[in-house]
Amino acid sequence: MADNSYKLHFDIDGEDFSVAGEASSNIKKVLNKLGIPPAIVRKVAVATYEGEINMVIHADGGTIDVEITPECIKILLKDKGPGIKSIDLAMQEGYSTATAKVRELGFGAGMGLPNMQKYTDYMKVTSEVGVGTTIEMHVNI
Amino acid sequence: MSEIFHSVTLDKDKCKGCTNCIKRCPTQAIRVRNGKAKIIKERCIDCGECIRVCPYHAKKAVTDEFSILKNYKYNIALPAPSFYGQFAKNDDINVLLGALKKIGFDDVFEVAYAAQIVTQETRKILAEGKIQKPVINSACPTVVKLICARFPSLIDHILPVISPMNLAARLSRSIVKEKLGFTDEEIGVFFITPCAAKATCAKIPIGAAKTYINGTFSVKDTYRKVLPYMNEVDGTENLARADFDGVCWAVSGGEAKGLAIENYIAVDGIHNVEEVMEAIEDDKLNDIDFVEALACVGGCVGGPLNVENNFVAKSRIKKMADKTTKKAELPVDVDVAWDTPLRPNTVMSLDEDIVVAMQKMEMMNEIYERLPHLDCGSCGSPSCKTLSEDIVRGFAKETNCIFKLREKIADLTREMLDIERQ
Repeated sequence: MADNSYKLHFDIDGEDFSVAGEASSNIKKVLNKLGIPPAIVRKVAVATYEGEINMVIHADGGTIDVEITPECIKILLKDKGPGIKSIDLAMQEGYSTATAKVRELGFGAGMGLPNMQKYTDYMKVTSEVGVGTTIEMHVNI
Repeated sequence: MSEIFHSVTLDKDKCKGCTNCIKRCPTQAIRVRNGKAKIIKERCIDCGECIRVCPYHAKKAVTDEFSILKNYKYNIALPAPSFYGQFAKNDDINVLLGALKKIGFDDVFEVAYAAQIVTQETRKILAEGKIQKPVINSACPTVVKLICARFPSLIDHILPVISPMNLAARLSRSIVKEKLGFTDEEIGVFFITPCAAKATCAKIPIGAAKTYINGTFSVKDTYRKVLPYMNEVDGTENLARADFDGVCWAVSGGEAKGLAIENYIAVDGIHNVEEVMEAIEDDKLNDIDFVEALACVGGCVGGPLNVENNFVAKSRIKKMADKTTKKAELPVDVDVAWDTPLRPNTVMSLDEDIVVAMQKMEMMNEIYERLPHLDCGSCGSPSCKTLSEDIVRGFAKETNCIFKLREKIADLTREMLDIERQ
């Protein structure tokens, strides 16, 4: 911990909606313990929750890595899912490729990526169809 | 530094040092040290879970003695709506209000009536739409304190209106002053409380700098005093002012129903409330207008200081509320706004300096990895995680864990045997 940062890692189980949200809940607890301002915690909570749900809906799970420094919270979401065909389309509010079954559960409103962008200060999506998706997000403190 | 007062306190003689309370506390505010429970005042939110769960009745809520009434010339009782549901053979609100006047009160003023005024003003605030949605009610002090400690990012969602209890105290006090000419010092205003949280709140109100209340009596203490008079009162004196909407505040969903909004969630029970708050924080409930959250199961009828089972009380209150046929006459434009903003409670954070907090977090994790992860509570902390936190904060040692202690003893024994063999 020489570099003044604190790291968290989570493996997200795919297709299990009942535990989806656990990682973001844990991240929130850690941020509160670190004394991060509530408004920042809220942003990180929403962004990671959306990311976590996306992994469960679309990608059969993945990983979340969080790096906290006194200046910034960096979140890295990685999955080996189907990839995003058009990132531009996926970034539009209301656009979703979620199945009818998933929508019945109340997910797949097409707000995932737009919300993640809304709540973060920096977001970069890299995706390859058939390989997976990586999303890097920053929230400044 | 402001003094911290809590109604929830420990009776040391009765405490056996078991782990029931530490396990149930939603803010991890209790530890067992030297064989006795200890409440960490900064963390306690007065939810009363420990009062409910203690098999030895060692946790209690401090309320006042009735002898305090002697200190005032004119005493007003403020019964909580949940008080109405406690009496088996009575469905007449005027009878129980009349009975209160038999036990030393000069007047009664229904908190249910003040609740209706709060509802009226809340409607206006909701219509303005200035508060972040979903708007969370502020009627339950435990919920508000839970948010300040565990979900501080939701403070902006809380409805900034004073409690019906404090409003009832303010209104009844000014009526008596005006009509009967008593001074503030001569008037005693007493809340009949179903819970510890409101007993605390009566002394240190939420969102208001000043309390208008002189003391609190628990529903169960008041019940015992009132019961012998229930048959003596005929109920002809018309003391009831509240109607259905006010009386129903006693049960979960009552406040929301009075607001006449469709799109709301009513959640009760502290652990259920935690889940809903978590969901709001994750932005999952952004399509909901109003969340009514109450810490006790069933709402205030489930308060730990009541006499009757909350399901029975709920059914009685519904019947009574149905009988209130005439509409309450409410004053218009009553000021119910907060004059003191809420602040986050930073007691959960490890250190003011984020770098130091991160170092402590790292240490916590290292200690936690060495612990058995059984969450048995034998060390006096509710879980292995909390013990590791307590060690980092300097309040506990690793050998508080009986498994670590056993390991250490085994190591020492081995060493001693080695020395002897040499």
